[in-house]
Amino acid sequence: MNSSIIEIKKPIISIQNLSVSYEKGKNAVNKVTADIKKNSITAIMGPSGCGKSTLLRAINRMHELYPNIKTEGKILLNDQDISRLSLIDLRRKVGMVFQHPNPFPSMSIYDNVISGYKLNGIRQKKSKRDDIVEKSLQDVALWSEVKDSLFKKGNFLSGGQQQRLCIARALAFEPDVILLDEPTSALDPIATSKIEELLVKLKKDYTIVMVTHNMAQAARISDQSIFMYLGDLIEYGKTKVMFTNPSDKRTEEYLTGKFG
Amino acid sequence: MTARPIKNSIFKGAVIVFSLIAITPILLIIYELVRKGYKQINISFFTEVAPSTWDAMMANNNGELIPGGILNGITGTLLMVFVASIIAIPIGLITGIYLYENAGKRYANVIRSISDILQGSPSIVIGIIGYFWVVKYITNGFSALAGSVALAIMMLPLIIRSTEETLKMIPQTIKEAGLALGVPYHKIIMRVLIPTSFSGLVTGILLALSRVIGETAPLLITALGSPMVNFNLDKPASAVPLLIWEFYNDPNMVNLIWSSSLFLVVFILTMNLISKKIAPKKN
Repeated sequence: MNSSIIEIKKPIISIQNLSVSYEKGKNAVNKVTADIKKNSITAIMGPSGCGKSTLLRAINRMHELYPNIKTEGKILLNDQDISRLSLIDLRRKVGMVFQHPNPFPSMSIYDNVISGYKLNGIRQKKSKRDDIVEKSLQDVALWSEVKDSLFKKGNFLSGGQQQRLCIARALAFEPDVILLDEPTSALDPIATSKIEELLVKLKKDYTIVMVTHNMAQAARISDQSIFMYLGDLIEYGKTKVMFTNPSDKRTEEYLTGKFG
Repeated sequence: MTARPIKNSIFKGAVIVFSLIAITPILLIIYELVRKGYKQINISFFTEVAPSTWDAMMANNNGELIPGGILNGITGTLLMVFVASIIAIPIGLITGIYLYENAGKRYANVIRSISDILQGSPSIVIGIIGYFWVVKYITNGFSALAGSVALAIMMLPLIIRSTEETLKMIPQTIKEAGLALGVPYHKIIMRVLIPTSFSGLVTGILLALSRVIGETAPLLITALGSPMVNFNLDKPASAVPLLIWEFYNDPNMVNLIWSSSLFLVVFILTMNLISKKIAPKKN
């Protein structure tokens, strides 16, 4: 199986022998080893229930919310074991964007962007806060659309705008890595293409790992692709190579629509 | 081929007729209260305490309005509801949050069942608890405090349930958004979940309040009633429903029953309308 895994030099994230199980003896993610390349987009794909979201959520220890989930193996972020980092430090370095846009409904657009600092009690001068908010919203190309209503609640925004607001909220922490869990599956095609454009632009400064069940999307924007099936990492390679010449039969069958 | 539209219109007619039958008693009650009660509602109705039997009898004999009002009842109700809120709201909110956070766990289920039993308990039984706990051992006599405790016990299950249900309406993803920012759990509850569900929580509290404002039975054996305005928690106090009960027992006061009932119904109705207004709208 190792033949179908590419080698990455100086990875930003190194997943080593990672297993995650929801119930005893049944691994949702089974001994996965993979390195993630810096400043690139890595797509994790596979059919429903293959463990792709579970793998993604292990990277920022989201599973710790649920006591019945057991994790084995190691994940290194910049050569540091993430289990030794404090949750706040880890999540400042690894931001996350979810499937459904989830801005905080009780907060204004401004407060949403700065919420990571506010909720964690990290104090800053107002001018610094203003800068962070403006830069983050600029980065997601939302600034010009909302700059006049920064202090209104974000519920008048469209789904795509809300999702960009959520990305801005993750960017405000200036993370190294952004994890996206099917970020466009709840959006229409126009909003989707805007987010995709944005992600391609963002990889200059950030490392992006995204789960997608949309193969076309993975082909369009990702540099590397991971194909998972029933908890196993089947194939991991450069997206172009994998889509044109998959080395595993299951990958080929998935990509050609034989299952999934 | 023509049977279906006929059946449809018969059914539609039946639905309308039965709905009208259902709301008729309510409309009749309000009509009756307004018709018989409006005459007594004037400024002194809100600024004076309940009259003595003698004054009421004299007024009736002379064909005049009964003097005095229900000020002692209004102040007593406000005092006891206020103290009951101070007791019940924090405990109810915290318990509701606990049940939401631990849904499905055994201890939480036990608490939820007990809260449901409490909600189903006859209010007189809760009054007796207030009597044994407070009247006998704390204030050594009927007191506003005992009434407040009884009302607080009645409010508790309502607030607990509404808090839990309101929090359940918040999508899990909002919680995850906070966690993904590394926010500690207690801060997510305090600064994300509670503000997000604020209007729902207030609605639950208002409904609990309007539920207990009309309670008579538990107050009869705890607060007892008082002919004076009393803000001393240690002493007996009156309440609007208690006054209605007293007026009912005095043939000279009959006219005041209607006006006090009208006041109480309008007051509770207003609170219900406010809580409806601010209730979170479902998408």
